[in-house]
Amino acid sequence: MSHRFLTRTGVFVASLAVASVVVFGFLAVLPGDPARVALGVNATPEAVAQLQKEFGTDRPLFAQYLGWMRGLVVGDFGRSYVTREAIGPQVIDRLGVTLWLVGAAMVIALLVAVPAGTVMAVRHRRLSGLVLSAFSQLGIAVPAFLTGVLAVAFFAVRLDWLPSGGYTPPAEDPVEFVRQLVLPATALGLAQAAILARYVRSAVLDVLREDYLRTARAKGLTPTRALLRHGLRNAAIPVSTVLGLQLATLLVGAIVVERVFVIPGLGSLLLDGVANRDLLLVQGVVMVLVIAVLVVNYAVELLYAAIDPRLRGTR
Amino acid sequence: MSAARTRGTGTVNLSLLAGGALIGLVILVAVVSFVWTPHDPYHVDSTHRLLGPSPTYWLGTDTFGRDIASRLMVGSRTTLFVGVIAVGVAAVLGTPLGVLTGMTRRLAGFIMRATDLAMAFPALLLAIMFGAVFGSSTLTAMVAIGLASIPAFVRVVRAGTLQVMSTEYALAARAAGRRGPGIAVRHVLPNVMSLVIVQASVSFAIAVLAEAGLSFLGFGTPPPTPSWGRMLQESQELLFTHPLLAVWPGVAIALAVLGFNLFGDGLRDRYDPRLERRR
Repeated sequence: MSHRFLTRTGVFVASLAVASVVVFGFLAVLPGDPARVALGVNATPEAVAQLQKEFGTDRPLFAQYLGWMRGLVVGDFGRSYVTREAIGPQVIDRLGVTLWLVGAAMVIALLVAVPAGTVMAVRHRRLSGLVLSAFSQLGIAVPAFLTGVLAVAFFAVRLDWLPSGGYTPPAEDPVEFVRQLVLPATALGLAQAAILARYVRSAVLDVLREDYLRTARAKGLTPTRALLRHGLRNAAIPVSTVLGLQLATLLVGAIVVERVFVIPGLGSLLLDGVANRDLLLVQGVVMVLVIAVLVVNYAVELLYAAIDPRLRGTR
Repeated sequence: MSAARTRGTGTVNLSLLAGGALIGLVILVAVVSFVWTPHDPYHVDSTHRLLGPSPTYWLGTDTFGRDIASRLMVGSRTTLFVGVIAVGVAAVLGTPLGVLTGMTRRLAGFIMRATDLAMAFPALLLAIMFGAVFGSSTLTAMVAIGLASIPAFVRVVRAGTLQVMSTEYALAARAAGRRGPGIAVRHVLPNVMSLVIVQASVSFAIAVLAEAGLSFLGFGTPPPTPSWGRMLQESQELLFTHPLLAVWPGVAIALAVLGFNLFGDGLRDRYDPRLERRR
């Protein structure tokens, strides 16, 4: 194993540990004891003490942190302070919903960004390239939740083509599942596509100036074939890094889109937790999102080293 | 967008011009709103609910009968205020950290790892955490967006500092016995300032988006203070009957973000000669 891999893995594990301290510590300063909040102002001290014991909030903060971490490792997020239900199964259920949304958005982003970015690069001095560049600027300026609201107004309200929101599990009704996923995934995906297209444009522009592409042209390949056979694979290296980082952005961006389309994903769970002041639930969901972001960043670094031979074995 | 740019003294940079014009428009509207709005943006009038655009109410009225144009004008203040404070926090903290990591080896590793970690807490997530602990307010939104923007400044300024530190004049200053803080103030800061300004413009666009998103979720500016994100959120319930209510704040958000993005692009074109080959 290379030194780089070990270093990155060490940094990743340390980042996870520090992030867990930050999330726990930050939300631990929340004013008001959860047991007292749950029982109300008229609760007897005995009842409060009993519930504190049940929640585990009677222990010192460090012991609470260790207990929370031990639970996280085995997928036990504890029980909600408000509903008393186990948080772990809720998080896993909701994560599944969010991953469908994020996955579909990523596919849409790629389907739009790769051809658009390539055309923007190949025809960068022509009208079509400039028009696409202008559209990508506009796409970056329009947030996903705005696209979502406008898409609902047009496609759900005016044309009545697609549902305005909701979620049906794919096993229950695959057609309705897809119909309900189209608008939110498009809203989330288009915002990312606009950003990604600019990176694709930049990467393809760089590749177009490379000697190997000129050689491929000299050997008789048409510009399109030369680009498809030699160019896009090389342009994929920097784009794959951005793609990975965008996955993390999509996970967080999904929070707002889920609210627009009333999708019961991780973001909705988080917002409900904040609204109900359900500290343990908020802690768990925030930690899952932070872990997801860190894992994606770590995977991108490893992937980058794997596909770019110059980085192998380097520090 | 920058294809029309020509070099030389009479430089025309379309991105810079268009971005500057849009930013100027937002600032002008915000400034004018302090002395004049078509109507009182807070005045609730149940007899004039949900009116369409007219000479009296240019963009119509909302569900409480409040004038939308007036609320949009006052909302621009919120947008600019949040952006200025958030970007200010990020620039004031991020710039010295970036210079420090570019000039010293000992602290660089630690600060850069901390920066990597901070990137795991995007503005939206951080603001929701802040909202959970301190309650939703413009202040918590500003601080969260500002803190989340620091890593970008650190990285950009560090890259610029490393470049400056490898120049002959920086080496000469060292050889002449000038100390680190002296070199930082005299040579590094003036040379990385253009990068800071470009980053500030880009971060401003991100701050506008984040503020709108947070207000949309109810974690930003609380009512009745007008905020574009909240206006959009309030319009959602009336999409079936009054879709125009969503269009106005949406256009305002998009134009402001577009302005700062174009301005940032234009500044980058002007200040970073390495980008010339990409055009």
